[in-house]
Order: sequence, then structure tokens, then C-alpha cells
Amino acid sequence: MSKLFTALPSLQFRLMPEDASSISGRVDALYYFLVAVSTFFAGLIFVLVLYFALRYRHRPEVQQPATSHTGNLKLEITWIVIPFVLVMIMFGWGAKLFVEMRTMPPDALEVFVVGKQWMWKLQHPNGRREINELHVPVGRPVMLRMISEDVIHSFYVPAFRMKQDVLPGYYTTAWFEAQKTGRYHLFCAEYCGTEHSSMIGQVIVMEQEDYQRWLAGGDTERSVIELGQELFTGKGSCRTCHSPDSGPRGPDLTGLYGTTVHLQDGRKVTADENYLRESILRPGNKIVFGYESLMPPYEGQLSEEEVLQLIAYIKTLGGTEAAPGSPATRPAREPPTTAPAAMQPTSPSTQPAGARR
Amino acid sequence: MTTIPIDEPRIEQHSNYLTNGYSVKSWLLTTDHKRIALLYLITITLFFFLGGAFAVLIRLDLMTPAGDLMRDETYNKMFTMHGIIMVFFFLIPAVPAVLGNFLIPLMIGARDLAFPRINLLSWYVFVIGGLFTLASVASGGVDTGWTFYTPYSSTYANTHVVLAALGVFITGFSSILTGLNFIVTVHTMRAPGMTWFRLPLFVWANYATSLIMILGTPVLAVTIVLVAIERIFGVGIFDPKLGGDPLLFQHLFWFYSHPAVYIMILPSMGVISELVTCFSRKRIFGYGFVAVSSLLIAVYGFLVWGHHMFVSGQSVYAGMIFSFLSFFVAIPSAIKVFNWTATLYKGSISYQTPMLYVFGFIGLFAIGGLTGLFLATLAVDVHVHDTYFIVAHFHYIMVGGVVMGYLGGIHFWWPKITGRMYPEGWAKLAALIIFVGFNLTFFPQFLLGYLGMPRRYHVYPEEFQILNVMSSAGASILGVGYLLPLVYLFWSLRWGPAAGPNPWAAAGLEWQTSSPPPTENFEKIPIVTQEAYAYSEGSGFPVSPEADYKEGGSPVVHS
Repeated sequence: MSKLFTALPSLQFRLMPEDASSISGRVDALYYFLVAVSTFFAGLIFVLVLYFALRYRHRPEVQQPATSHTGNLKLEITWIVIPFVLVMIMFGWGAKLFVEMRTMPPDALEVFVVGKQWMWKLQHPNGRREINELHVPVGRPVMLRMISEDVIHSFYVPAFRMKQDVLPGYYTTAWFEAQKTGRYHLFCAEYCGTEHSSMIGQVIVMEQEDYQRWLAGGDTERSVIELGQELFTGKGSCRTCHSPDSGPRGPDLTGLYGTTVHLQDGRKVTADENYLRESILRPGNKIVFGYESLMPPYEGQLSEEEVLQLIAYIKTLGGTEAAPGSPATRPAREPPTTAPAAMQPTSPSTQPAGARR
Repeated sequence: MTTIPIDEPRIEQHSNYLTNGYSVKSWLLTTDHKRIALLYLITITLFFFLGGAFAVLIRLDLMTPAGDLMRDETYNKMFTMHGIIMVFFFLIPAVPAVLGNFLIPLMIGARDLAFPRINLLSWYVFVIGGLFTLASVASGGVDTGWTFYTPYSSTYANTHVVLAALGVFITGFSSILTGLNFIVTVHTMRAPGMTWFRLPLFVWANYATSLIMILGTPVLAVTIVLVAIERIFGVGIFDPKLGGDPLLFQHLFWFYSHPAVYIMILPSMGVISELVTCFSRKRIFGYGFVAVSSLLIAVYGFLVWGHHMFVSGQSVYAGMIFSFLSFFVAIPSAIKVFNWTATLYKGSISYQTPMLYVFGFIGLFAIGGLTGLFLATLAVDVHVHDTYFIVAHFHYIMVGGVVMGYLGGIHFWWPKITGRMYPEGWAKLAALIIFVGFNLTFFPQFLLGYLGMPRRYHVYPEEFQILNVMSSAGASILGVGYLLPLVYLFWSLRWGPAAGPNPWAAAGLEWQTSSPPPTENFEKIPIVTQEAYAYSEGSGFPVSPEADYKEGGSPVVHS
């Protein structure tokens, strides 16, 4: 107990968390609006209840006159319409801000986040890694591409009013733009087992120059894309089957990212990060039209970090190596408009994917 | 009120449901809905204090940032067991299984529920489910949180998940059977003249609850079976490593567990509607609106589960739709609160204990409901999701709502259930202590949540300590408040003054039979000519609860 009391006076008492991102002040403004509306209605109800309870308290000496105040349509409509209008304002305001929170800025710095019981592993574009700490520059949008190795975690920085669950098997993204230098709490907000409350860290917001210095300070030799390229040609031996001259062995990946892919079973999917990840780890789930299921699954062969690096490299195949002016969807891969049944090859186990809609 | 003259009316010597057999067998094989209600009362009281003991340990541990009292594993088991026991073995069954069981036949003028033996079965199923859960506690506990999120629960947890889940699974069937019984009873066993719109609002509320129970609970049962299948047989359903989808679990779980909040709160709202009319001596304001709002809450409840998943990776559009729909629940909730408040207008209000619980309910429900708006608001929810803000919110709604309604109802109908009055002074003191303690415990948690303290944190940064100590201090007060009724209600069983059939001069059918009621409820099935709130305009009530109480509750004669 002595520990308790000695600790108390030194603590500052505050009602609001730090306001350190481009969005935090705007979330607080909405919060204050909600507090105001709630305080008004709670106050109104408490005052009315208290007033009525005192004003109309039972008095034995007074025979209470019979009343007929047992319903009033206008009143009912009033207290349906006013709250309805108010909650629709809350909805609209909250939704508008939410859409901004969920719309990734195009020029953001992309940082990879891998959560596992019970630590955060992060990697910057230049290849520098850190654990439970994230160094970012002030005034620059930072986008997190996140995945978990095991259970569900949640990346939460209260000072940025930012939170996003980190799922196994599926990338989620989030972004923030820090506006004040300093050190801020990073919490795992989704219960993830024994040491959940120790899965914490810090986001360190630095001035641009300090950040650049910090970035260069690691023993990093290769950038994320270079690491991905190395995997593509080396350990993963992807190049063998996925190059412009690989023919029927496998589809060429040049310019693939962001395009629509036609699948053997007639579905169309967008070649985004989650599709690429699934096609690396479980290629049998989605067979590209016109190809056979030849590729072995890489699940268990590559770490989540390696998959992220590979994808980062594959994405560069689109912009830099694709011939200028090449169409977004490549006609060669498109199925005929009426695909004859005989053309559907018997592909083994095209089970429904674990990917989400 | 302190001394009761010796010649006051005694507990009536005529045969009642309590004197109809004293053997253990007469209780354990009873099909009397009133006795089954008491079996539930005893069972859920045990579970409540067990769940409460876990809460005490949690709050003690959180007094220091380092969580010095226990290890991480232990703490995680504590909040899991607290949640599972309180949600599935107290909050969900409390009002329907105890008060609903006891009162629904009495309120509609029936001799029992439609399926008396199924009613007994549902208690046994409840107890068996409880034993499985207790077995999981005794064998070392479970640490998944009451939400059993996958893939942690299905693959990674090393605790007795299947045993605890089986307990919840079995108990679900108890809910389903009770809901089924209530629905059939209300449809088929109303006394002559008891039309739908003469039904007491408590019956309406339980009817709406029963609909959720029979439609929602099977989904929970299926979900739990799927978790067990993945855990035992390694079939990929939720774990992506096995080809499953972790969010599928959340969709299925909240499809039940969000409506489950309304399973908890609706019956309590029904209780409040009964109490507020009796102690205002006035018909409920806007009967039709209050009745239909229960059904609307039940229906909307099934459309909003995704608001638990705004940051889960669910799409932005899904988030927006669920946010939009969630705000609709605010409307019927607001209707109820405003109508209760308006019922007080020009009433003749007295402040017996049940009425104090009405005030308490309105206070806690208003705060809990309004903070729900914060959570339905997408951008704010992103920040407060999975923080103490949520913990505070759902304790206000679920615990505040259920405890206020349940204790208010227990006090109001105690004379009917036992034939004796509880000690009014002590009861008022307890009600006050509970209200103060509750707010001291949970209000600081709103602040903690907005500051960013995540829930289920055993160890936390030092700056959160002051608010945590405040919360723990409040919990100690709350604990005293909960223990008091346990003591004085026991005391009243022996020493409480006899109540008579209608100590509150209340208008409902249940008050027109003796206290405690005979086994068959009514000597003659009543013919109903008016609704249960005929307090005003010529219903001829002497409107003096105190006087009536003193007279030992002589039966009130209708004009």
C-alpha cells in the first residue's frame, strides 16, 4: 500500500489524451459534441425526474385529483423526431470522419507491421526494422500495412485516436499523420492472450531531419523492395515460372498489381495485396484463367515479413518494368466471353478462399 | 413503521405454494412456475456472488499499475470467468427466469406456464450448464475473455475452453426453452378479457425478450460448436492457418451477443414500467409506445451486430450501415425513458424502495444509453473501441439496467413471493449505496477509456492509476450495497411483517390473489375488465401506500 500512496501525488490528472495527429482534434470535436448532447439530455431527464418526484410527491392530506395525462401523440412525435435528427447528425459526422480515417493518402510512407504474441515487429521502406517502437517523421502521413502471425491484435495509438485490428491471414491498413513530436503509447487493444497488456510500445515522432538520421542509422543494407527482389529470384524461385517468357508454366506478373484477374472458375478478383499474399501462400485457392494449378503452396516456407517484401517487389513490376501504355487489364488472360465447358480444366481443390469480401 | 403491533395480519395459514410440500423432492420435482422461479433465484444468486468475487479480485489487482496481486494468466482468467458467469448465469436469466417465471402466469391470469415440465427442465439444463462452467473454473479456469474470440480461443489458448464453452452452450438451451414457454403462454393462456393491449408491460417486455431468445440463442450454440470442432478436430473454420476466417466468428458471435444485451435489459425495462406506475399512482404514459418500443428494440437488435466490428477489418461500407442502423436503437430507448418520466407528471409519487430503483434505473440507463451513441458514432468508436469506455458503457447498460430492474422488482414483488415485507429503511439505504457505489465504480472508467486505457489490461501505465483507484474504491462501496439485501431479505423471511395480498395497493392481477399465492395462483380465474394500470379516474384506490402498509395490506376493493 505504501507504494500506492507514494505514487499518487506525482501523477498528473487529466481528462483528455494528448492530441497529436491530424485527426485527433477532429475526433475530439465530435466527442465534445456528443458530450454536449448527452449532458443536455441526461440533465433534462434528471431535472424532470427530480422536479416531478418532488412536485408531485404523495401527500396523504391531499387527495390527488384523477389525471388523464396518460398519453399525448404530439409529445411522442416530438421525442421521436428530435432525437432522430440529432442521431442522424452524429451518424453523418462520424461517418464522414471515419471515411477520411480509412482512406489511405497516396503519398504516405508505408511501414510494415507484423504482430505476434506478444510483440510488434515493424519494418521501414529502407529495410530498417524495429520492435515495439515506431519512429516516424512529424507532418508526413504514415500508412501501416499490418498482419498477425497468430491471433488477432489491434494497433492502437490513443494520442492519434487511431486503432485498427491486426488479423492473421489478411492485411489491414491504417494511417496517421503525427503533428507533434514526442513519445506516444502504442497499445495492443485486442485481447491476445497471457501477456496482452505487455504488448505495448511507443510511437516516436521526430522532426524530418532527425527521422532521416535515425533511418540511416541502422545496419540496413537492403531496402524492402530489394529484399523482395532477392526472394523473387532466389529463395522463392518465383522468377522461374513468373517471367515474361515463362509461357504456360505461370502468369507473368509484370503490371499485375491493381488489375482485374480472371479466374478459372469464372470469378474476377482485383490483384491487391491480399490477393497476392493468398496466391503466394495458397496458390490453389484462386487459379488464373488459362493456367493449371502447378505452383506449390508457400505457406510455412515464407515468413510474414518475407511475403510483405515479395509483394512490395511485385508491385514495382507494375510501374517500373511494364511497357508504357500497356492496358490495365491484359487481354491475353481474359477468358472468351462464352467459355465452353470443355475449356474448364479439372483443377484440384479450388476450395473457397479464406479471404474476406 | 418501526414497531408492528402483535395483532397485525399474519402470514395467511391457508395453503399456498410454499406450504404445498416441504420435502426436497417437492422442490426438485416441482412443476409450479413459482417454485421454479425460486430455484432460479437461489441459483443465480450463487452465481452472482461468485462472479462478484472475481470482480473484487480484479478491482483489487488494478489498484496498482503493475498488478501486484496476481500473475497475467490469473488476471486473464479472472476477467474471463467474471464475464462468463455474470453474462450467461446472471444477467441473461436474472429477470426473465426469476421474476418472469413467477409473474407471467399471475399477471395474465393463468394457473401456470404452458409447459410446466419443460419449465422445470429448463432449470435443470441451466444447472447442468452452470456445473460445466464451474468445472472449468475448478479445473484451472479459462482465459479467452467471455467473447471467445477466435483464433485465440479455437487454437491458441491453453486453458479449458471447451469445458467453459460447453457450459455456455448447454445453458443456451435453458434460455430457448424459457423463451418458448413464455411465448406459448402469452399466446394461449391469457385470462378472459386479457387482451394484448391490456397486457402488463412487463409481459410485453418478456415476450419481446423471448423472441430474441429463441431466434438468437441457436446461433450462439452453433458458433460455440464450431469453435469446439476447430479446437478438438482441427477443422479450419476460424483460424486462417487452417483455411478459416477469424472474422466469421465475430459476425456469428455478435449476431447473438448484441441482441443478448436486449435479452438482459428489456425485462428490466418491463419491471420499471410496472414500478413507475404503481408508485406514481398513474397509468403509464404512452402505453402503446412503450409496448411497441420493446418489440422494436428486439427487432433492431438483430440488425446492428457489426457495430462491434468497426475496427475489425470489416469494410468501410459495412461499418457505415451498421453505424446507421445502430442509431435507430436509440429511438425506442428514448421513447421508454421519456414515457417513464412523463408518467411521473401529475402523479402521486411515493418513495418506497422499488421507486428508488426506478430513479436509479433511469439514471444509469440514461448514462449508459447516451454513451452508446458515442460507440455508434464511427470515428469516435475507432478511438474508444476495446478501451475502458466500452467497459463502463456496457456495465451501465447491462449491469446497471439489470441490477436496478431486478432488485427493484425483487423488492416490489417480495411481499407477493414470500408473504412478508422487507425492512424499508435498510432497503432504501442499500438502494442508495448501490447507486452511489455503481457510479463511483464505473464513471471513472469512461474517463480512463477516452484517455486510452485498453480493456483486459493487467498491467497499465502509471498515469491511469488515480482513476483506477477511484474505480476500485467505488467497487468496495458497491460490494457493500450488494451484500445488504442478501442479509435483510433473508432476515425478512422470518421476521418481516406479514404483507397481505396487496401491500402497495397495486392494480395488477398478481396482487388480486393472496400472498404468497396458492399453488394454482387464483381460486377462480379472474375475468379481466381493465389493464394493469387502472390507477386513475375512478379506479377507486385509496392512494396511500403507507397507510395500506400499516394496515397490513387489506385487499383493495375495486369500485
